[in-house]
Amino acid sequence: MRNLVLLFTLATVVLLTTAMLFTAGWTRPPIHGIQSGYRGLAMDQLSTNESERLLKLANTLPEPIDKASADGDKATSVYKNVKVLTDLSIDQFNRVMLGFAAWVAPQDQGCAYCHNVENMADDGLYTKRVARVMLKMTRHINSDWQGHVGAVGVTCYTCHRGQPVPANIWFKGAPSPTEGFATNNDGLGHPNKINGSTGLSADPFSGYLDGDGVARVQATHALPVGYGAPIQQTEKTYALMMSLSTSLGVNCTFCHNSRAFAQWPESTPQRVVAWHGIEMTRDLNAHYLEALKSEWPPNRLGPTGDGPKLYCATCHQGAPKPLLGVSLAKDWPELGGVQAH
Amino acid sequence: MSMYENVFTQVQIRPPDPELGVGDPLVARERVGAPYYEYWLGVIGNAQIGPVYLGGLGVASLIFGFFAIEIIGLNMLASVHWSPIQFVRQLPWLALEPPKPQYGISPFVPMAEGGWWLLAGFFLTLSILTWWLRMYTRAVALGLGTHTAWAFASAIWLYLVLGFIRPLLMGHWSEAVPFGIFPHLDWTAAFSLRYGNLFYNPFHMLSIAFLYGSALLFAMHGATILAVGRYGGEREVEQMLYRGTAAERAALFWRWTMGFNATMESIHRWALWFAVLCPLTGGIGILLTGTVVDNWYLWAVQHGVAPSYPHAFSAVVDPAATGASQ
Repeated sequence: MRNLVLLFTLATVVLLTTAMLFTAGWTRPPIHGIQSGYRGLAMDQLSTNESERLLKLANTLPEPIDKASADGDKATSVYKNVKVLTDLSIDQFNRVMLGFAAWVAPQDQGCAYCHNVENMADDGLYTKRVARVMLKMTRHINSDWQGHVGAVGVTCYTCHRGQPVPANIWFKGAPSPTEGFATNNDGLGHPNKINGSTGLSADPFSGYLDGDGVARVQATHALPVGYGAPIQQTEKTYALMMSLSTSLGVNCTFCHNSRAFAQWPESTPQRVVAWHGIEMTRDLNAHYLEALKSEWPPNRLGPTGDGPKLYCATCHQGAPKPLLGVSLAKDWPELGGVQAH
Repeated sequence: MSMYENVFTQVQIRPPDPELGVGDPLVARERVGAPYYEYWLGVIGNAQIGPVYLGGLGVASLIFGFFAIEIIGLNMLASVHWSPIQFVRQLPWLALEPPKPQYGISPFVPMAEGGWWLLAGFFLTLSILTWWLRMYTRAVALGLGTHTAWAFASAIWLYLVLGFIRPLLMGHWSEAVPFGIFPHLDWTAAFSLRYGNLFYNPFHMLSIAFLYGSALLFAMHGATILAVGRYGGEREVEQMLYRGTAAERAALFWRWTMGFNATMESIHRWALWFAVLCPLTGGIGILLTGTVVDNWYLWAVQHGVAPSYPHAFSAVVDPAATGASQ
């Protein structure tokens, strides 16, 4: 009996160990570290050969589209119902339409995804009306949000990558699964992609990326001067920061010195860029995505009936700089790329 | 040789009749279960299982504990739509959170908004306190000192500071720890973040020193006694007064290696106080957080505790403070 138990235990241990060796989530050495702070502070960005390969693969660039001359008649002279791209020449206008077909529309639909092909000027399809707002947004980012996108800029491809809906968007969280008097836990205890598979707030974006919620929770004085931010707000900020970290494929020390998260003098310059990024996201959600609220068909709405919204991963998609810092906008004066001017 | 180096117990004592313990028939009445021997448990401890003394306090403690676990478990189950599969799958993440900040320290909180947490906490505390009383009375009944009960009291102090005393002082139940495996760990991380890094809290430092110190002492002591086992070293308490060759050799070993040695008595006082002081100082550290100090990093900078490092970048300024937009 004893030997049987022993044998059974041994077999279990061997099987479990073997099974564990073939599970996902292993990181194969060598691990590359890039130090980003003073020595001894453990401020390092880590990667492996495999993670670098996957990142490159995920950020392959689209086929370039031939440049168009700004000279010649304006698009408005031949096309009817042009409302946003009124400053473009006919060639430039057509080039933007080619861009849409290549970057956003489903391959089998092309122009017909947004246009009534019988009458291209018709505004009947919601996709066309949304595309107009998105064009305005792209130009707004490139011209007014240099503090975040710099001269690199963005194009439709930065987010869409050939898909009608970008891979990373967010909706307000579903209502609490509990009913009656069972605890609702304030949205805590439900792991998801956004909160980094933790038990922290399942929806850290509501009221923050679509509002003016406060992320800063640490006291600015050593000693108390009244009741400050509650732990629950801290957990919301924490979840928000987890989403930033995953969106950019970096750890906390990309922006922070983790011994003093709140202190700006201890932080890296990237934190300033990220701050502008958060401000930009709020601006875009409030003034562009929110404005589209009435346009979305039911299948594009979230569980509580709100429209899709942006967060860091919408553009970044796991890279510290979208498309690893390659500027597509520099070749796109039509979309307001600054280097192009 | 292998006797002393083996992970598992090498000697199992099996008297023909199981040991029933001391006490008159009145006390014996409270013991339940017919004793028996279990080889596999004998590998890590005494092979004799039972009888167990339950008593009134034991029964009360188990019932209160059952209420607490039941409240926590059913709320967790409700948070996954009562799906047993999701309950098992998500169990480490599932929570029972304390009342929201707006309820302050009110004892009357809607059940869905944290009332269940209050109730679970109440029953868990009753369960723990009755268990403490049980340990105390059992020690007295056996004619022992009450050291074990007081050591346990140190852990109860930390538990009460986290879930009751500090929330009272802060005026908010929301400051307390949630129930749940990852949720209480997330709380710990968030607590440190909110209060400016607990590593700069001197009582947290002390607590860590006692925690790691306890582990070190435990390893040193266990190794020493096993090492002198061949000379009768396991009769430690007897060797306090009648130092045999085991005590002398153990003492010499440490005196030779580090100049100083504990005695058969003092090593146990070292171990007890290191272990007791770990939650005791930790509890003080938690109690001071938010009530007396709001940001430990800033406190540590003011008092010359936190070192400053040269900046690897040009000075970074808060863009919100400079009024910069975009």
